[in-house]
Amino acid sequence: MIQFVIRRLLLLLPVMAGILLVTFTIVRLIPGDPCVVMLGERATQAKCDAFKERFGLDESIPVQFVRYLNNVIHGDLGTSIKSGQYVVDIIAQRLPMTIELTIGAMLFSTTLGVFLGLISAIRRNSATDVITMIGANVGVSMPVFWLGLMLAYVFALLLKGTPFFIPPSGRLSSGLSLVPLATTVFHLQDVQGLPKFILTFLSSSVIVDSIATGRFNMLKDGLWHLILPSVAVGTIPLAVIARMTRSSLLEVLGQDYIRTARAKGLKERLVLFRHAFRNALIPIVTVIGLETGALLSGAVLTETVFALPGVGTALVQGILARDYPVVQGFTIVVAIIFVLVNLIVDVSYAYMDPRIRLD
Amino acid sequence: MAAQLEIPSLPIENIYERRSPAVEALRRLVRHRSAQVGFFLLGILILVAIFAPLIAPYDPTTPLYDVKRRSPPCIHLLGCPADQAQHIFGTDSNFRDLFSRVIFGSRLSLQIGLTTISFAIFIGGLLGAFAGYLGGWLDNVIMRTMDVLMAFPSLLLAIAIVSVLGPGLINALLAIGFVSIPVYARLVRATILSVKELDYVSASRALGASHMSLLFNRILPNALTPLIVRGTLGIATAILDAAALSFLGLGAEAPTPEWGLMLGEERNSVFNAPHLVFFPGVAIMLTVLAFNLVGDGMRDALDPRLRGKNI
Repeated sequence: MIQFVIRRLLLLLPVMAGILLVTFTIVRLIPGDPCVVMLGERATQAKCDAFKERFGLDESIPVQFVRYLNNVIHGDLGTSIKSGQYVVDIIAQRLPMTIELTIGAMLFSTTLGVFLGLISAIRRNSATDVITMIGANVGVSMPVFWLGLMLAYVFALLLKGTPFFIPPSGRLSSGLSLVPLATTVFHLQDVQGLPKFILTFLSSSVIVDSIATGRFNMLKDGLWHLILPSVAVGTIPLAVIARMTRSSLLEVLGQDYIRTARAKGLKERLVLFRHAFRNALIPIVTVIGLETGALLSGAVLTETVFALPGVGTALVQGILARDYPVVQGFTIVVAIIFVLVNLIVDVSYAYMDPRIRLD
Repeated sequence: MAAQLEIPSLPIENIYERRSPAVEALRRLVRHRSAQVGFFLLGILILVAIFAPLIAPYDPTTPLYDVKRRSPPCIHLLGCPADQAQHIFGTDSNFRDLFSRVIFGSRLSLQIGLTTISFAIFIGGLLGAFAGYLGGWLDNVIMRTMDVLMAFPSLLLAIAIVSVLGPGLINALLAIGFVSIPVYARLVRATILSVKELDYVSASRALGASHMSLLFNRILPNALTPLIVRGTLGIATAILDAAALSFLGLGAEAPTPEWGLMLGEERNSVFNAPHLVFFPGVAIMLTVLAFNLVGDGMRDALDPRLRGKNI
C-alpha cells in the first residue's frame, strides 16, 4: 500500500512540472510588453529595465523557466505587483477560507447525496425517487452563483426575524476578528519560512483560530456564516452524487449474489449495507473525486457572492488588477489540490476493492 | 376415427426484417421521457432565439424613458393597473425592459454553447485522431499535454486564460473552448485505439486505402456517437462556464444581453429588486437543463454501453 502511494506520488512529479509549465507559459503569452502591461503605459524606459531585471525577464525563456521552477520548489511564488506582499503569504491567508468552504460543501453534498440516492434506489419509482431525480436534474443545471444569491435572498431577507435567519455575507459578524496565533498562543516573535507559513495558515482559519484561542462563540458564528455558501457550492455535487448512488446501487442490487443473499434469508438491511452498498461505493467515490473540481470552481464563484476572503476573491481581484504573480500562484495551488484529491480517490479505491491491483 | 390434430398457428416473427440501428436509436430517443422534456425545452428555446425581435416588446440594450429604475414586474393580466406600461419581468438598473433582455439572451447562450463545443470537438478530435492513429512519440506528447490540462479544474483554467487574453466575450469563448479540448481528444483517441486493429480496417488497408481514407472513412465514424453525446452534455457545461465568466466580469461586456452578465451587474440589487437576479438565473437553468436532458436521452438511446452511468 505504502509502495503504491509512493509510486503514485512520483508519477505526480511530471504532472506538477506540466502544471508549472502551463502557468509559466500563460503569463508569457500576455500580448504586448510585460513591463507596460504590469507597470502601466507611463512607465519610463529605466523603470522598465529595472523591472525586467528584477523579474529576470531579460534572460532567455528556458533560463527563465528553470529559474521559475527553482523558485517555486523553494516556496517562492513571487511578490504581488499591487500590494508588494509575498504571494505565498497571500495564499496562507486566503487558502483556509476556501478549504473550510470546500469541506463544508463536501460534507453537505456527500451525506445528503448518498442518503437521497439510497432512498431513491430502495424505493425505486416511488414519489421520493421521482422527486429526488427531478431535483437532481434541476440541481446540476443551476449556476452556483445564482443559487448563492437566491439563498441569500431567502434566508437573510425573507426569513429575517425568524430563527432561520442566516447571515448572507462575510466570514464573521462585526466585532469578531482573527488573532495571529504565533504571538498570542505560541508566544513566538519573528518566525520565518515554513513555520511562518503554517502559523499564518492556521490563524487564518476561523475554525482553528477560534478553537485555539478558546473563543467558542466565534466558532459558532464562523460556522453559521459558512452554511449558505456551503449549501450553494454543494448543490451541484449533491445532485451528481445522488444520481450516481442511485444508479450504482440499482446495478449492484440486480446481481446474482444479492439474490443469493436474499434467498438464504438475510435481513434486507444486512443485504443492503453489508453486501450491496460496499460494492456500490466505488463509482460513488469516483464521482466525489471528480466533483472536487466543481467544488473548487464553485468555491471561487461563491466567495464573490458571499464576500468571503478566500482564494476566489483573491483570484478575481488579482485578475481585475492584472496582478499576474497572484493569478499564477493561486492557479498552481488550486491545481495541486485538485491533483492530490484525485490521488486520494485512487488510493481509496484500492482500500475499498481488493480486486483492484495496486501495480 | 382419427383425432383432428390441429397445429396451433404461432405468429411468425420475421427476424430478417430489422430496423436499421439509426432508426432503432431514434425510436429509443423519442420514447425517452427526459429526452422528451429536454427536446420540448430546447424547441421553445430555439423558437425564442429565432423570433426574439418579434417576442421582445422593447430593444434589449437602449434605456427606456419614463420607466422607474428596478421596478418590479408589471403584468396587466395579474392586476397591474392598465395605465402603467407592461413589463413582464420588471425593469433593470439601467431603465431597460428585463423581459426583452432575457429573450435576446437566448440567442447568445445558444451561440456560446455551439461555438465553443464545435471548436473543442474539432481541435480535440483532430488531436485525438492523430494521437491514436499514429501512436508513438506524437501520441505521448499530445496525451500528456491533455493530462496536464485536465489537472486544472476547467473553469479555473479558463479564468486564468481570460486573465491573460483580457476580458471579453470572444476571449471567454476561446478559453472555454480551449479547456474543453482534452475531453474530446481522449474520447476520439480511445475509439480509434479500440477499432484500428479490427479486421475490417485491415481489410481496407489491404485493399489499398490511404491513411487519410482509413482514418476518416473507416475509423472516425465510430467516434461520432460518443462525440454527439458528450458534446450535447458539454454544451450545457459551456453555457454555465460562460455565464460564470461573464458574472465575474471576464466575459461579455455591458450592455450585451448576456444572462451571466445580467446576474453579475445586478447582484447587489438582490435584496431590493430580486426579480433582476431571479429571471436571468432561471433562463440559464432551463437552457442548461434542456441540454442536460437531451444529452442524457441521447446517451441512453445511442450508446447502450453507457446506460445508467449518470456522470
